[in-house]
Amino acid sequence: MPRMGYSFPEEVLEHVFSFIQSDEDRNAISEVCRSWHDIERWSRRRVFVGNCYAISPTMVIRRFPEVRSVKLKGKPHFADFNLVPEGWGGYVAPWISAMASAYPWLEEIRLKRMVITDESLELISKSFKNFKVLVLSSCEGFSTDGLAAIAANCRNLRELDLGESEVEDLSGHWLSRFPDNYTSMVSLNIACLGWEVSFSALERLVGRCPNLRTLRLNRAVPLDKLANLLCRAPQLVELGTGAYSSELRPDVFSNLSGAFSGCKELKSLSGFWDVVPGYLPAVYPICSKLKSLNLSYATIQSPELIKLVSQCQNLQRLWVLDYIEDAGLDALAASCKDLRELRVFPSDPFGQEPNVPLTEQGLVSVSEGCPKLQSVLYFCRQMSNAALMTIARNRPNMTRFRLCIIEPHTPDYLTLQPLDVGFGAIVEHCKDLRRLSLSGLLTDRVFEYIGTHAKKLEMLSVAFAGESDLGLHHILSGCDNLRKLEIRDCPFGDKALLANAAKLETMRSLWMSSCSVSFGACKLLGQKMPGLNVEVIDERGPPDLRPESCPIDKLYVYRTVSGPRFDMPGFVWTMAENPALRLS
Amino acid sequence: MSSPLLRAVEGEQSDVSLVASSPTVDSSQNGSGLKERNYMGLSDCSSVDSSAVSSLSVEKNNNLNLKATELRLGLPGSQSPGRSSLNTGKLDEKPLFPLLPSKEGIYSSIQKNVVSGNKRGFSDTMDVKNSVYTAGNWMFNSASESESPQSVEQGKFSGNSGMNVVPSSRPSGAQSSIMKEFPGNLLQEHHRATIGTSHNHKTASNNNNSAPAPKAQVVGWPPIRSFRKNSLATTSKNNDEVDGKPGPGALFVKVSMDGAPYQRKVDLRLYATYQELSTALEKMFSCFTIGQCGSRGAPGKEMMSESKLRDLLHGSEYVLTYEDKDRDWMLVGDVPWEMFIDSCKRLKIMKGSDAIGLAPRAMEKSSNRI
Repeated sequence: MPRMGYSFPEEVLEHVFSFIQSDEDRNAISEVCRSWHDIERWSRRRVFVGNCYAISPTMVIRRFPEVRSVKLKGKPHFADFNLVPEGWGGYVAPWISAMASAYPWLEEIRLKRMVITDESLELISKSFKNFKVLVLSSCEGFSTDGLAAIAANCRNLRELDLGESEVEDLSGHWLSRFPDNYTSMVSLNIACLGWEVSFSALERLVGRCPNLRTLRLNRAVPLDKLANLLCRAPQLVELGTGAYSSELRPDVFSNLSGAFSGCKELKSLSGFWDVVPGYLPAVYPICSKLKSLNLSYATIQSPELIKLVSQCQNLQRLWVLDYIEDAGLDALAASCKDLRELRVFPSDPFGQEPNVPLTEQGLVSVSEGCPKLQSVLYFCRQMSNAALMTIARNRPNMTRFRLCIIEPHTPDYLTLQPLDVGFGAIVEHCKDLRRLSLSGLLTDRVFEYIGTHAKKLEMLSVAFAGESDLGLHHILSGCDNLRKLEIRDCPFGDKALLANAAKLETMRSLWMSSCSVSFGACKLLGQKMPGLNVEVIDERGPPDLRPESCPIDKLYVYRTVSGPRFDMPGFVWTMAENPALRLS
Repeated sequence: MSSPLLRAVEGEQSDVSLVASSPTVDSSQNGSGLKERNYMGLSDCSSVDSSAVSSLSVEKNNNLNLKATELRLGLPGSQSPGRSSLNTGKLDEKPLFPLLPSKEGIYSSIQKNVVSGNKRGFSDTMDVKNSVYTAGNWMFNSASESESPQSVEQGKFSGNSGMNVVPSSRPSGAQSSIMKEFPGNLLQEHHRATIGTSHNHKTASNNNNSAPAPKAQVVGWPPIRSFRKNSLATTSKNNDEVDGKPGPGALFVKVSMDGAPYQRKVDLRLYATYQELSTALEKMFSCFTIGQCGSRGAPGKEMMSESKLRDLLHGSEYVLTYEDKDRDWMLVGDVPWEMFIDSCKRLKIMKGSDAIGLAPRAMEKSSNRI
């Protein structure tokens, strides 16, 4: 086919495309015509696979041969709360081995909720000569031996972030495996490690990496060593302390205070395990520059929190325990006008009675006082429709709203009504809402509101809510942009699921556990929708030993182009088109 | 034109996938095609035979009633807890809202339809009159019954005892008819399937104060990540306990087993005794058991005596060990339970022959501690 005379040469197109980073845009580009498709695929450098089972590594590699950065996600979100049994899957090994040969120039691997072994880590360390970034967020399956391989072999490593992974701690000496001439660390996050790392190795590493911007220590690093580290890295932008406790001694305090003062670029603080309040003033000198403060492990009381937070006028993100109390949130609302994100975690989640005076009022205050507030995660014990409506009207710019009323089925404490209209107000007023988590007493009504108004909603989490299939039907038929839906302990069954089967192919995934979905419906869904993997997870044994109308324990449905997976454990079954393929 | 390939490889910030067809159109089109059906009539995949079932589950089925392939974990001196009346299905659905007076009228109509708890299948099949609970049928210890997690839901029971039992109210009539038809061995299987991860069993409270007994915990609720939960737990252990109330939250430790393809996790706070833990682990790992388990005695015999431990250790199948804070591997069962959960970092089910050397060390160590 002769080229059109007026089209750009490939090199020009490629250059133009290099400015297009967003995957959406690149996907759109690739559909313009054949030649754009080819140029785009050869020039795509970043790939994000939201569900590692949605596509096989081979297919990704075939389509995008020159990738430098890969991000993969494995287990469903509810795995964070132990709802996904161990051994379910999310193994990254096939990806690593495929990429080891296909992408020799790979620079970045970011994984979330995946299982990665030491062997894979070693393979990474040896296969990618220019490897720069390893982010393992909520991963597991590896030990400090794997980290040692990374340290020893990745000469160009810039970022090593272990997130909240579970690492088998075999030895703290892996850190010493970074060669003496290795100086390129920019970001190191080892906060999740339970045991000590070799402190002298850490000190030397920090001292010789002039570009170190992020350092998140683990709890085992004692406070009296922190000053030393800070003095070696005054250029730090983000710091996570270790345990923030020590005998109160003036010399330790003044060293610490001086060290913090020396960090002129510090914008983010975290860590603060085991806080001794007397040492908090050491950070006062830098409070006014802080944009992000994570005190969610700090068991300090409201007065100290207020003193601290009142000095952080530029704070954009605060994570804190409910020790802050309503009074502390009032102070936050008054002082931190730039606040974008607030997360309040429960200090005593399993207690029956509230242990601190933190109520819906604190959230209302912050919604009133902080005009830029758009992301909320709030654990509390009481809520009212009135409060939710106030929050909704105050903050139509809310994009992420996750409310966890600790006791399931808790009604509006003032009227004893369900919280339907309150959440209804949230979805009605907050037109850009992308993520929502519900709690409290809720009927099918709330889902009607959500289906009607939450048109931009991408992720919805539902627990102990609803009355009938109508609730699920409202969600599936109404939320046009829904990508992830996770449901537990709701009376949703087969009807809504089957009636909206096609919707599931437009979403990334659906999780339903302890609901009323029958085995028969799962089979039907699997047969009728070949583009979906319908996984029945049931530790009681094979579901086909029970009557088909029997509800299954857990259901995980996701769209895929690579068919049923073959790494399932004994308690997961995929409902396939062809029953013979249904591997147990 | 929609490319399924690109949908799978989607942008992080993408609001809409590449699918060109509008979801609402599709679902309504297909919605009209997929009407509500009678599943019983429609199940053309009635092949519930072995062709659809892997060898693993076939093995499980075959082993259903064979005690010989049970995993037994040897523990010293554990008594099987008496089977109390904890198994009676309490149909008391009085909601428990500690801050509020209860208003029956508002809730009852809503809650009738609300599906409770986590143990779906079990509550379905449980005959609330307890005709199923005859000791002799069960292949596991009687301890398994006392900890069998009936469908429990927070806030739905009068929490006086440590164990609260409420079968769920099933919204659909079909299920209740199923209950009566269930053959005994399937019920057994259901019972056996009440495995650790969805336990709603609360550790027996050691409270001697007048506070109401702590409620059973629902798995994964409130939704807090393990890392955070464990951090909180360690913090509160370090701080002084003001009123002696039991420690917070869950205490998940990994459990591995020699030869098993993957590890499991258990929440140690769900159990009050070694026996309960042992039973839960048996259930969890029984699918991995190969071969005989040594001398058993009559089915239903539950006593775990010192001599039995010795028998089990010497040449019998598996024993339970744990790694403590000092990274030493110890035999489970030597120290008081509270001390154990305080120091246990992870568990390992080892072959009995490998574990023989552990016993003396464990004794030594704990005597050194004292």
